[in-house]
Amino acid sequence: MASSMIGSRVERTEDKKFITGKGRYTADITLHGQTYAFFIRSPHARAKIKKVDISKALAAPGVVTILTGQDIIKDKIGGLIAGWKIVSKDGTDMKLPAHPPLAHDQVNYVGDHVAVVIAESLEEARNAAELVNVDYKVLTAVVNTASAMTSEAIYEGIDKNLCFDWELGDKAKTEEAFAKADRIVHLKLNNNRLVPNAMEPRASIGEYNSSTDDLTLYTTSQNPHLTRLVISAFNGVHPEHKFRVVAPDVGGGFGSKIYPYAEDVVIAYAAKKIGRPVKWVCERTDSFLSDCHGRDHVTEAELAVRKDGIVTGLRVNTIANLGGYGSLFATVTPTYLYAPLIVGLYNIPAAYCNVKAVFTNTAPVDAYRGAGRPEATYLIERIMDQAANEMGMDRAEFRKKNFITAFPHQQCLVHNIDSGDYHAHFNKALELADYKGFAKRKADSAAKGKLRGIGFSTYIEACGIAPSSVVMSIGAGVGLWESAEVRFNATGNISVFTGAHSHGQGHATTFAQIVADKLGVPMANIDLVHGDTDKGPFGMGTYGSRSLAVGGSAISKACDKIIDKGKRVAAHMLESTPDEIDFKDGEFIVRNSNKKKTIGEIAFACYLPGTYGEIKSPLPAGVEPGLKETAFYDPINFSFPSGSHVCEVEIDQDTGVTKVVKYSCVDDFGTLINPMIVEGQVHGGLAQGIGQALYENAYYDETGQLVTASYMDYAMPRADHFPEFKIEYTCTPATSNPLGVKGCGEAGAIASPPAVMNAVIDAIGTDISMPATSEKVWQALRTKVKSAKKAA
Amino acid sequence: MKSVTLEVNGKKVTKTIEDHLLLSSFIREQLNLTGTHVGCDTSQCGACVVHVDGKSVKSCTLLAADIDGSAVTTIEGLSTNGELHPMQAAFKKHHGLQCGFCTPGMIMSSVDLLNNNKNPSDAEIREWLEGNICRCTGYQNIVAAVKEAAQNS
Ligand code: FES
Ligand code: FES
Repeated sequence: MASSMIGSRVERTEDKKFITGKGRYTADITLHGQTYAFFIRSPHARAKIKKVDISKALAAPGVVTILTGQDIIKDKIGGLIAGWKIVSKDGTDMKLPAHPPLAHDQVNYVGDHVAVVIAESLEEARNAAELVNVDYKVLTAVVNTASAMTSEAIYEGIDKNLCFDWELGDKAKTEEAFAKADRIVHLKLNNNRLVPNAMEPRASIGEYNSSTDDLTLYTTSQNPHLTRLVISAFNGVHPEHKFRVVAPDVGGGFGSKIYPYAEDVVIAYAAKKIGRPVKWVCERTDSFLSDCHGRDHVTEAELAVRKDGIVTGLRVNTIANLGGYGSLFATVTPTYLYAPLIVGLYNIPAAYCNVKAVFTNTAPVDAYRGAGRPEATYLIERIMDQAANEMGMDRAEFRKKNFITAFPHQQCLVHNIDSGDYHAHFNKALELADYKGFAKRKADSAAKGKLRGIGFSTYIEACGIAPSSVVMSIGAGVGLWESAEVRFNATGNISVFTGAHSHGQGHATTFAQIVADKLGVPMANIDLVHGDTDKGPFGMGTYGSRSLAVGGSAISKACDKIIDKGKRVAAHMLESTPDEIDFKDGEFIVRNSNKKKTIGEIAFACYLPGTYGEIKSPLPAGVEPGLKETAFYDPINFSFPSGSHVCEVEIDQDTGVTKVVKYSCVDDFGTLINPMIVEGQVHGGLAQGIGQALYENAYYDETGQLVTASYMDYAMPRADHFPEFKIEYTCTPATSNPLGVKGCGEAGAIASPPAVMNAVIDAIGTDISMPATSEKVWQALRTKVKSAKKAA
Repeated sequence: MKSVTLEVNGKKVTKTIEDHLLLSSFIREQLNLTGTHVGCDTSQCGACVVHVDGKSVKSCTLLAADIDGSAVTTIEGLSTNGELHPMQAAFKKHHGLQCGFCTPGMIMSSVDLLNNNKNPSDAEIREWLEGNICRCTGYQNIVAAVKEAAQNS
């Protein structure tokens, strides 16, 4: 059975509970004697808090307590943190405003947290909240990304609303490339703001036991260990060893549940304060207002090109909107996760990127599926198209001319790319998409009065985040290794503990496949445990397509240790030496003999070392009883998935409606453990990326009100928005981890926006910004007709 | 307050409830059937779909008190004698779920589709599921699952 587990389409072991309604999400948990929390949020984008009067509300029926920013100060609860320090190009540290979990002097976006009402029922909490009187002095809101630096300063001491002004790349060398260029291509881009919209709204339940001093927080987190660390070390709510964070079944995250939110801190703190369980479940409207948003860049890019079509330089200026505060990964997202990848998978010898990150009176912006890499890919793939078009070259050929072809490849910016074959996946994708037949399909569409366009996106991403020494040298507040424990039970089955967290990714299946493959134990005898800080070792959670490359590698390493110990025990039992023992398909065999022990027998011997009836299982001298190994894996490099996506759209000229009619992609994720799960990840990423390109947009009006704060106003992609995606793979294994895997969770969301937009622009023949809604497309077509008439 | 009697997953329940209690809250909070999920507050997401008298409805759009005497089936009541319903089995086989949050609503909605249309086309499946949002799967494997279930039922 063993080696066939890798690459096999095993049905998911976690599915049964979900399809029968037996999943256990945070909101499904009811604790004895629990109270209910309702947050009072700011209705204003920017205002001074003059007074919070809770006296009437406190007397309302069922109210247990009401906590405000004053309690936070009194009880010395620390603020929320930004976990990655960025240094500006002038050598100064980034500037951050204080971010108290409940505001006390100023609110900085609509939805900002002002107070929490805790009552015997949710209805009573909500009714009492109506009686809380907050006296605000409303101030002018700063909303717009592009003009934030020239607007009034939101925070004292933060000039021009600028968090940092950062740069990457060799400026002089890049200038030189531009001075010598035959052509300079210019492009202005907006990367639209998105709301992650995991279908499960955030929720938290705090529970405190005063007799043991144990505090437990059940929460919708992708990263329970980090949540515990932050709430303990920075917010100072409770010491880490007496604090347990449980992230049970979590209904999607996409980045938005990586970090502890104000509500998590307040619920943990409130439960401890009142000595009763406190439950909070977010309503969708509040999710729109207060979940961290994604993207929101304004960029100007220039490409230096030789007349033979070789790209020689790239120059980029980006303004990134951080929203009202610096969220946990907010500062690394538009810097180190973004800028190193602006050159894409092309061999561009010189590049320079300047990023100015600004505060505005909008919801905090943080990592959302792809985090920085979609913004980089959108930029390079759009400008590559623009360049090819300006130079009258075929867009596919233009890309091929510039692909990196030799590995390892040291980029001009940061990364050393270990492996890849970009021609292989691009050629395969062109075939899958029948690029040759496009002209005919375009003519057929034209005959129906429709416009048809084709767009490419060839991308690379840096995943498997990340080597700790590298990231900590550039400002990360933590190392980004991962942990695993493989614990044999005496009866031969296995509990595997991981610090990664599954909220849809299918770790229980994929990780068990790795263990089954390594140890030759059937899948049914392997159980994966995650999401509870009291159970497994400290871990760094799931994001950045890291779980398999880093967490899976930790599991693989722990299995190696098990095999190693097993060999010593087997050698002793079989009267041989460890280097004479081979391990294969779950059996330890003395080389060139038929003497062997199964791994189950070895586990049994380890737990019952001695004589037990017929069984004699003495352990060798110096070997401890038990069979359990822990491994912490710190990757030696990022992994570099890449791929080629081809999108075809058809546009109705009368309505401007764009339909994605064909979508083909070929991705190189290195080794695949479970192709079925990988496909699912690609599908989901594509849906989010196509959503960004055509439908989704978080829109604030000029006073800072979020206009798109419900599913009636924010266009979520639905089943009938998509064609059947065609997906294939190529494989160049990663050399930076023992599994050869590269990561697949974000690829779809990274690759698809430019593929779609390049297709739309190809169809309508004019620039347009995301999302290319029917109204915008229709307008663009009108404008084109009008200006053509004028010219004639 | 009002007394209502419903048949939920084949069992009669009688409760005295607030007149304005949503069916979704009734199911989750009074009956502890937490397989029915709530994903929005504007009746758009479909995570809360159940069957009332055999038809799929968004349980967040109904008041429990208004359907006195009705038969309600939730995701917990779909399988019989521990055997998965063909739609549940097909979702598993085709990897039609990831985080599982939209899944109960998706399955209940899809079962009703097949009650109305035994052999739907891809386009018909996608159109029917327009009222169910899934953020994880990109819908493709859900469509495959529904097609398989159509063949098996
Ligand atoms: S909860 Fe009923 S439609 Fe969203
Ligand atoms: S499986 Fe997660 S929302 Fe559908």
